Amino acid sequence: MKNFGGKALLLDRNDINTDEIIPAKYLTEITKMGLQPHLLEDLKLGGFDPASVCRQGYRAIVTRANFGCGSSREHAVWVLEVNDITMVVAESFARIFRQNMFNNGLLAVELPAADIDAIFALGPDVEIQADLAGNRLTATAAGGEQRSFAFRLNEFDRELVLAGGWLAYADQRY
Amino acid sequence: MGKTITEKIFDAHLRDTPFADNVVLDIDVVMCHEITTPLAITDLEARGLDRVFDPHKIKVVIDHVTPSKDSKSATQAKILRDWARRHHIPDFFDVGRNGVCHALFPEKGFIRPGYTVIMGDSHTCTHGAFGAFAAGVGTTDLEVGILKGVCAFRRPQTLRVEIHGVLPQGVYAKDVILAVIKRLTVKGATDMVMEFVGPVVEAMDMESRMTLCNMAVEAGATCGVCMPDRVTAEYLWPFIASDYADIQAAVADFQRWHSDPDAQYAGTVRFDVSDLAPQVTYGFKPDEVKDVSEMEGAPVDQVYMGSCTNGRISDLRVAAEILAGHRIADTVRGILAPATPKVYQQALEEGILKIFLDAGFCVTNPTCGACLGMSNGVLAEGEICASTTNRNFNGRMGKGGMVHLMSPATAAATAIAGHITDPRPYLRREEA
Repeated sequence: MKNFGGKALLLDRNDINTDEIIPAKYLTEITKMGLQPHLLEDLKLGGFDPASVCRQGYRAIVTRANFGCGSSREHAVWVLEVNDITMVVAESFARIFRQNMFNNGLLAVELPAADIDAIFALGPDVEIQADLAGNRLTATAAGGEQRSFAFRLNEFDRELVLAGGWLAYADQRY
Repeated sequence: MGKTITEKIFDAHLRDTPFADNVVLDIDVVMCHEITTPLAITDLEARGLDRVFDPHKIKVVIDHVTPSKDSKSATQAKILRDWARRHHIPDFFDVGRNGVCHALFPEKGFIRPGYTVIMGDSHTCTHGAFGAFAAGVGTTDLEVGILKGVCAFRRPQTLRVEIHGVLPQGVYAKDVILAVIKRLTVKGATDMVMEFVGPVVEAMDMESRMTLCNMAVEAGATCGVCMPDRVTAEYLWPFIASDYADIQAAVADFQRWHSDPDAQYAGTVRFDVSDLAPQVTYGFKPDEVKDVSEMEGAPVDQVYMGSCTNGRISDLRVAAEILAGHRIADTVRGILAPATPKVYQQALEEGILKIFLDAGFCVTNPTCGACLGMSNGVLAEGEICASTTNRNFNGRMGKGGMVHLMSPATAAATAIAGHITDPRPYLRREEA
């Protein structure tokens, strides 16, 4: 099974939208790799520098509520994927973005606000690791301090992650 | 226990129930445009699965960047065009016949009560105005829809949105939906269908209902929906006349989709719009909404009329009523993009285009372009646009630009004044 975890990028804001994750002007790219340099290019977040996130070894994002709201563009998921970010942990997601994550076999984990607070408190150099079988997420601070959180996945979404995405699942089944 | 319209549509389209909370539905209409479809096409090709489940149930349009502005957008259009031809998809709309998808496809009669509809576009929720379940999806869902004619959804919860009172003069469906989103917030309806009911909705024409449902996704909703009734039947009559003896028979048939009186809702919100003022967004989220009086005098560089929210003929008529006999402010660039060729033709025949041109507007072809900062009206850093569109995200219409969402009436008055202003005095003067 795919490993979900590694160095986490902390984005401390609600309602980060798909235009911020990948601006529309890049939607004329016809390969996923063409999106790669433009991750979070228009993110409105104090002190944030988009140049600091591309290919800096991040494997996950931890953020607040309603991540991925706005457009249906799957480019917002692909731009994460081509930057090796395979998991987003948030208080909540916009529906289409969340489904796009699972449809690509990537992980969108929802945790209560207090748990998200606790991960932010460990930052900024925090690593997170998801244990899919045990339904637990472990966050480790640079100093070694560790916190562990239970999460719940929708059963169908879990199947999609295990199948490697919706197309593979649907092609076998329908 | 009674059912909502959405539960009835789900029951009628159920293909599979992989888990109690998850269903796979048969899809009646899979709609495609050139931004989110090409990567589905190339992926299907790469997998050796270059097939379509039913060419007659797939509707294709080039609308986001059209005519193509550069080699990349031309390549996207070509991939879509070649694919549509290769699979003999009859309903394919290219330059000259194309328009904004959520305005064009209803106009063609493709959406009917009780239908399931998907598209790789978040504003697909617009089509719920016809009493359909219509959801925006990503490219992978679209790809499976193209190949298999199915799509998976969680069992939907429904939020009942009751709109009471009487719409005052100068206040429109756009103002209503902005007020609704302000109250619900941008995530207030996530994973829910927003069911719009009440006397104000019943009195609305189809174009207003589409405006209402169009922005359901801005509150996080999967779909907006209105009960299909006589208004729906009259709009669709040219397409359904052979299916029914008369309009009354269609209206009676549509009744089967209506939510039952004892249906279960996740919640109900009530609005009385009798005292509602024109609404305008002030920030970078569509729930950041104020009365126009609080925004009076705010500067704008550009006024944009168009989009799947407010680019239809009724929108243009309202704006023209205000613009007639006026020139827009010298400091403002006015851009009108009629949403479809039919809207363009009607506006031409009714003298509306002349009013816009005389006022100093630029009239472009039908396209989504400016709304998402792709073409035909992109903002520069620090510029501000008064817009009849649906999203005011940071940089939406161009990096560093700002968008104020409003009705066509407020946008027209704003264009004349050169800053955000209340449209109602312009309408009153017309009456006097």
